[in-house]
Amino acid sequence: MIAPAWRRFERSYLFYSFRRDQVAIISFTILFIFVLASFSAPLLAPYDPYDPIQIDIMDSEIPPVWMEAGDQRFMLGTDVQGRDLFSTILYGSRISITIGIFAVLLQAFLGISIGLVSGYVGGRLDNFLMRLADIQLSFSTLMVAIIFLAVFQALFGTELYEKLAILMLILVIGIAEWPQYARTVRANVLAEKKKEYVDAVRVIGLGSLRIMFKHILPNTLSPILVISTVQIANAIVSEAALSFLGLGMPVTKPSLGSLINSGFEFIFSGSWWITIIPGIVLVLLVLVMNLLGDFLRDVMNPKLYKD
Amino acid sequence: MKWATSCVARSFLKTKSSMFAFLSRRLVQAMLVMLVISVIAFSIQDNLGDPLRELVGQSVSEAERQKLRNQMGLNDPFVIQYWRFLKKAVLGDLGTSYFFKRPALDVILDKLPATLELVFGSTIIIILFSVPIGVFAAIYPKQWFLRLVMGMSIIGISIPVFLTAIMSIYIFSVELGWLPSYGRGETVELYGWTVGFLTRDGLLHLILPCTALSSIMLPLFIRLIRAEMMEVLESEYIRFAWAKGLSRRRIWFLHALKNTLLPVITVGGLQIGTLIAFTILTETVFQWPGMGFLFLEAVNRVDTPLIVAYLIVVGLIFVIANTIVDLIYGLVNPTVRLASSYSEGD
Repeated sequence: MIAPAWRRFERSYLFYSFRRDQVAIISFTILFIFVLASFSAPLLAPYDPYDPIQIDIMDSEIPPVWMEAGDQRFMLGTDVQGRDLFSTILYGSRISITIGIFAVLLQAFLGISIGLVSGYVGGRLDNFLMRLADIQLSFSTLMVAIIFLAVFQALFGTELYEKLAILMLILVIGIAEWPQYARTVRANVLAEKKKEYVDAVRVIGLGSLRIMFKHILPNTLSPILVISTVQIANAIVSEAALSFLGLGMPVTKPSLGSLINSGFEFIFSGSWWITIIPGIVLVLLVLVMNLLGDFLRDVMNPKLYKD
Repeated sequence: MKWATSCVARSFLKTKSSMFAFLSRRLVQAMLVMLVISVIAFSIQDNLGDPLRELVGQSVSEAERQKLRNQMGLNDPFVIQYWRFLKKAVLGDLGTSYFFKRPALDVILDKLPATLELVFGSTIIIILFSVPIGVFAAIYPKQWFLRLVMGMSIIGISIPVFLTAIMSIYIFSVELGWLPSYGRGETVELYGWTVGFLTRDGLLHLILPCTALSSIMLPLFIRLIRAEMMEVLESEYIRFAWAKGLSRRRIWFLHALKNTLLPVITVGGLQIGTLIAFTILTETVFQWPGMGFLFLEAVNRVDTPLIVAYLIVVGLIFVIANTIVDLIYGLVNPTVRLASSYSEGD
């Protein structure tokens, strides 16, 4: 079952252009290593940053190995609490990537459903939903998320908030960005709806839901794939920004953003690595995703929503 | 002759009425959005913190508490309380800040100049750089320097604002020591506004925050202007302009640029919300004494009236700015007006 599918993929135009595009190959390799390393963090990381027994406050603010005061035990140095930075970054990127993926899954679910219905049904409903999408989009995800999370935090107190942080971040980023998917899917549905195969299945007498999800949806998959890469990158950036403001992951369970935040005040005293190294990791992660997104868009050339 | 004048008059009236319809529709929409924001703001106020405890403290008996609650109308139904809130809000009374013990609106408006200055500075940077770079990148797509800039722009998009800010602080303040890293520096009082543009110290303090704030929008606008300009340069009327023998400058900067800027206005309008969000981030990093910084402090102190006042003020700025952008767009591009008034018909 897998072998023929793989062979088909091997012969596809996508794979052909991938092999000829060096930037895409490098980006994909980096991303692959990244995801693999962060999800096997418990196996790879020399220390467990969540385990207080392994953390010694005496080890705090040790610079990376290549600097003079570096310590062999900590490759990238340690943070303010004495946690090994390399391990913390691994665990942190795991949290960042997880939030990114789940938030985008939620976005995709909401956006695709709304986009399909909006495009297929049309009329007043379509008008209303798209106007709603316009308004939601102009408010900007970050703005909505900041206000929502800030109020939530003030309402429930920091303690409860820290427990629910991952869930809240996924929900907020997931709900705030649905228009991106909805607009793209709708634009494609409008084009697909006019085609003969849709008339054919309608004549056969299939229900609207079945037509939408089984027949039209598969033909809108390539633009969905293209925006998904960029959306995951955006979600990771949003999460990092929220965590940096202290509205996201707590310092005890840091994502890349909260790690950057925790080290920020120490760059003035010379401990730059606590902030700059996770920062570089974040930029690299987002950059390779954006590059892959660019590559996919060029190759698949889908009908994307254009303002 | 008479026929001709009446015809002109009729068409004039028609455009005027369509503009009026467009205007009123946009205004109604703006009011609706503002109403929704006020409902959200009020429900936050209703649920967050207890105004009574802030007023009298813990030492008052339960019976007296209830009496006071009734007096203040805190036991009234939601709609009545909301109506009261709305009436006060329209008159500019958004409650008193728990922390500053001053009207919340005054506290916010004190910080408004700092934030606007930041936004103004970065808008200038964006316009000064994105238009020429975008235009020339479209005219000379193969030139090495412009290709380098385009390559850099995707890196620019991938770096979050707060990281640009932190890295620039690290490089220019900590390592090189060239620029100050936080605050507004020396400011001048001008017609009741504090202005940092007029002193050398204030300008130095503005450089890093403005650059950081513009860093995310700049690549976006460069890419947008380049893409639009390339499309416009391919169009028929530009080919006709070449055929007429107009000078290159006239074609590029008068004929082509005009139509390039249309979509830029729309996207610019869409970015206003994002820009407000990014001022919060930038102000946090640079400890810039603006509204965003104040808002985060208010959240940490659970200073409900201040949070609500921020939401209302920012919502108002946002809605006004968006409506103005829409109107400008409607003015420069008449098809928008027509299209939207036709779509109402079907």
